[in-house]
Amino acid sequence: MTTVAERPAASAAPEPPPAPGQPKPEPVRRTGLVLAAILGIWVLGWLFLQGSATLPLGRATLTDFQAKLNDLRAAFDAARDGNFFLEYVVGGISDGLEAFVVGAQDLLSQAAFPRPVPEIGWLGVVAIGAWIAYALAGLRSTILVGASLVSFGVLGYWSESIDLLIVTFTAVLIAVAIGIPLGIAMARSRVVTAIVTPILDVMQTMPSFVYLLPLVLLFSIGPSAAVMATLIYALPPVVRITAHGLRTVAASTIEATTSMGSTKAQLLRKVQLPMAKRTIIVGVNQTMMAALSIATIAALIDGPGLGEPVIEALQTLDIGAAFVSGLAIVIMAIMLDRTTTAASQRAEAERRSARYDPRRRRIGLVGGSVLAAVCVYLSRSYLWAADPSNLPDLGRPLAEAAGAATDWFTDTFSGVTGAIKDGFTYGLLNPFQSLLADSPWWLVAAVLLAVAFVLGGWRPAASTAVCLAVILAVGLWQDSMVTLTMTLVATVLVMALAVVFGVWMGRSKGADTALRPLLDAGQTIPPFVYLVPALALFGTSRFTAIVAAIVYAGPAAIKLVADGIRGVSPTTVEAAESAGSSTLQVITKVQLPMARSALVLASNQGLLYVLSMVVIGGLVGGGALGYTVVSGFSQAQLFGKGLAAGIAIVALGIMLDRITQHTAARQGRR
Amino acid sequence: MSPEAPPVLAAPFQDDVTARIARLDEARRDPLLHVDGLWKVFGAKSDRIMGTPEAELSRRELMAKTGCVVAVKDVSFDVAPGEVFVVMGLSGSGKSTLVRCLTRLIEPTAGQVTVAGQDITTASDAQLRELRRRHVAMVFQHFGLLPHRRVIDNVSYGLEIRGAGKAERRARAQEMVDLVGLSGNENSYPDQLSGGMQQRVGLARALAVDPSVMLFDEPFSALDPLIRRDMQNEVIRLHHEVGKTMVFITHDLQEALKLGDRILIMRDGAMVQVGRPDEVVGAPADDYVRDFVSDVPRSHVLTLRWVMRDPRPDESLEGPVMGPDTVVRDAARRVLDSADPARVVAGQQLLGVVDRADILRVIVAEESPS
Ligand SMILES: Nc1ncnc2c1ncn2[C@@H]1O[C@H](COP(=O)(O)OP(=O)(O)OP(=O)(O)O)[C@@H](O)[C@H]1O
Ligand SMILES: [Mg+2]
Repeated sequence: MTTVAERPAASAAPEPPPAPGQPKPEPVRRTGLVLAAILGIWVLGWLFLQGSATLPLGRATLTDFQAKLNDLRAAFDAARDGNFFLEYVVGGISDGLEAFVVGAQDLLSQAAFPRPVPEIGWLGVVAIGAWIAYALAGLRSTILVGASLVSFGVLGYWSESIDLLIVTFTAVLIAVAIGIPLGIAMARSRVVTAIVTPILDVMQTMPSFVYLLPLVLLFSIGPSAAVMATLIYALPPVVRITAHGLRTVAASTIEATTSMGSTKAQLLRKVQLPMAKRTIIVGVNQTMMAALSIATIAALIDGPGLGEPVIEALQTLDIGAAFVSGLAIVIMAIMLDRTTTAASQRAEAERRSARYDPRRRRIGLVGGSVLAAVCVYLSRSYLWAADPSNLPDLGRPLAEAAGAATDWFTDTFSGVTGAIKDGFTYGLLNPFQSLLADSPWWLVAAVLLAVAFVLGGWRPAASTAVCLAVILAVGLWQDSMVTLTMTLVATVLVMALAVVFGVWMGRSKGADTALRPLLDAGQTIPPFVYLVPALALFGTSRFTAIVAAIVYAGPAAIKLVADGIRGVSPTTVEAAESAGSSTLQVITKVQLPMARSALVLASNQGLLYVLSMVVIGGLVGGGALGYTVVSGFSQAQLFGKGLAAGIAIVALGIMLDRITQHTAARQGRR
Repeated sequence: MSPEAPPVLAAPFQDDVTARIARLDEARRDPLLHVDGLWKVFGAKSDRIMGTPEAELSRRELMAKTGCVVAVKDVSFDVAPGEVFVVMGLSGSGKSTLVRCLTRLIEPTAGQVTVAGQDITTASDAQLRELRRRHVAMVFQHFGLLPHRRVIDNVSYGLEIRGAGKAERRARAQEMVDLVGLSGNENSYPDQLSGGMQQRVGLARALAVDPSVMLFDEPFSALDPLIRRDMQNEVIRLHHEVGKTMVFITHDLQEALKLGDRILIMRDGAMVQVGRPDEVVGAPADDYVRDFVSDVPRSHVLTLRWVMRDPRPDESLEGPVMGPDTVVRDAARRVLDSADPARVVAGQQLLGVVDRADILRVIVAEESPS
């Protein structure tokens, strides 16, 4: 997803011109020296103190705090039928959502007792979906939606796919119903903005995985918890983008219409909302993609949908099944993304085209609805139109083929993939992990604080101190350091990729046109899916999680760097070239330094993306905090530990975010 | 102007321009727009500055001392019904702020504005809306059109928000579209039109509500010079046809001289001079204005009033009769063709005479500025 990238980071501001008349002593080189000194001290400390005060914690061991969290869950469960808030407010929401989701499932995806099939069978669902796509987005989307829906049946994941759509849409509907008014309120009131923005910031910094556990406390597990998790995660984009869309309506237009005596309501209805409409639909698109990604992960808390077969397949290492169910998720992501994008463009384009004929469109809509009604009728009356297992089965052969291909690949290239994995693990990952996780905790904490201070000043250092204290308090220091290692290593690799591809794309229009659609597509795919190919290639290991994280975080970082390079003034580049610089000199001495705030922003986003994926990598042998969270879902006695791990992840995320944000802000000021 | 030269003082003579000036002067006693002691100070606690000695400071001093910017400083003027009143000044002199204070798009810090007898400064929100909907319409430099509406729907916006019926709206909007010469473009979207055409839409939109006062904030500065001239002529034409009272902001002196019945010159928020074009050019109030008008071809602006003199005893008084507000350039041909000096007459009174040498002095002075 691209939601995280929507956060207007402090460094997103364009590079300000260097302040004249303020000579500064080369700050860059000095920072480098100080960092090198810190590293030196650290390595020395590690050499002598290795293995002492590392605060390890056994797999099944619980600290007091974690045991208390277990008790907390028990207390919540016990209070569910007595406490007013839990019983009526939370319970009411929960029952309402559950009833809605189950009702929709009976209607569309699951056998509705006493029928052996849902009220509306696959043919009817396909027809309804296609009709909605026609009404909102046009003919091409109709075909895409029809074909995608049929493919879910053909792949053998009909009911899971429709379940996932139900959860996603339920959450998106609520998100839009809350988000657009909230966005309007933000655009109109500075007070609301000041209150809501930090909340949205925190919501978007939290790795998706982490949302799930606290919701379990309130909503237990099941569809309503899944919808709530999805809703909370998906809400920020639509709020932010609605507010942004309304705020960016040209001031001159607002002034002109005010000067004619419009009331506030008229201004909103006739000017601001219509002018921001396309932007708002973009927000809905982002919300929808975010919702899809978390709705798949919500399978961990018993959310219905395609996430279930993926997790099952990942855990049993059934690559074939993981591939096919992952494919269904990808198809769904593309379907939703393309359709909402088309919807945002259609209204405008069609209304403007000279050939636009409202009567013809109305005929199309009515005809389509008749057709859909016929299909619904058929699907209620005939089993072939109701039960998707009557469709040709592509899923099984595909799964077998994918499994066989993976087997062949790993057999043939196991030498290569193994060498890559081992080289990386022993050459880079292990030493670095040892440095972080085997040094005494106080040494690492001091190093992190010092780095935060040197890079960003006292404010991120203070945040770092708080975050580290939280990590200590939840009792997961060593696991956190392992996760931090994986995150940092993966981010370094992401940044290497981002610089190489970003510079290439920033300098070459052709490369940009070729790669950007791929990157865009990559960003719409739910992170879960990336685990599948990584697992197929490298089996279960920390390295697998890192590979998935790199693939997941790469597109966002590459795009940010490419935009930064492109943003460097062509005049400056031309001047450097005319002074006889080589291409490499132009890149290293002009373009990269001038795009440095984009680079820092890319690292910020890269870190957050990587962290969220590294954690999900707990499902494929990533270990550490991610694994702890996963076990928290599956084993009741480890719930408290999982929740503690979730807290530690949030602390890591906030720490990394604060450090990079402040560094970026400094870079921007320089 | 009279074709035949009648005997002096035999019959009253008055040309159109002089008549218009007299009429506006008379009408100004009961002005349509009355502005009295208007101030606008931007910045925190700006209202505390009023009435203190700090208000007397220059803009820069005040900025240094309090951080506030005086955008409009004690401005007063009256505009007669039907008059075209031009406000001009350099960038940053407070023109836009002034014109926005007239309908409280910007809240004035002090002073009074009266439109058609209604005090704007104390009007409630509802009264203000009513005033904006019916009495005052504005045309903007950057058009401010609604990009999602077709031309015709842009033009009818003002009628729509005041609750006019659909048929009425449409008919009136179509009329306005035709009036500004956009027939055939009513179903286009603004971004499909050139800048000049977009500003015509802006004009039509303002005219559609049939306002009593039209405010223009540098409406043509974003346009090419040629289009700008077209649009200026268009405004002159519309003024002839609909006779609206106009307050016209510009930083272009040529435009000011061309359109304005009277011109208000502003500098750093304060009024420097108010007067007819010929007064501004002929008798600049200070060096700032003098500098401003120094490039203007004087013969294009000065009127016979400024070049006439008392007749010499030996002079013939048989020459052609002209009004005192005839522009020198327009009078030149007839004066140069005539053997006798032209007589400048208002009513039945001989004000003075103008001969070839007087005319040439003005024209030649332009060629070789002193
Ligand atoms: N909202 C504001 N806050 C603070 N100062 C302002 C504001 N609007 C205008 N000013 C200041 O008031 C002064 C007058 O501005 P104004 O826009 O009225 O000038 P102008 O004569 O219209 O100039 P231009 O020809 O550039 O449009 C300027 O110094 C400007 O910086
Ligand atoms: Mg202005």
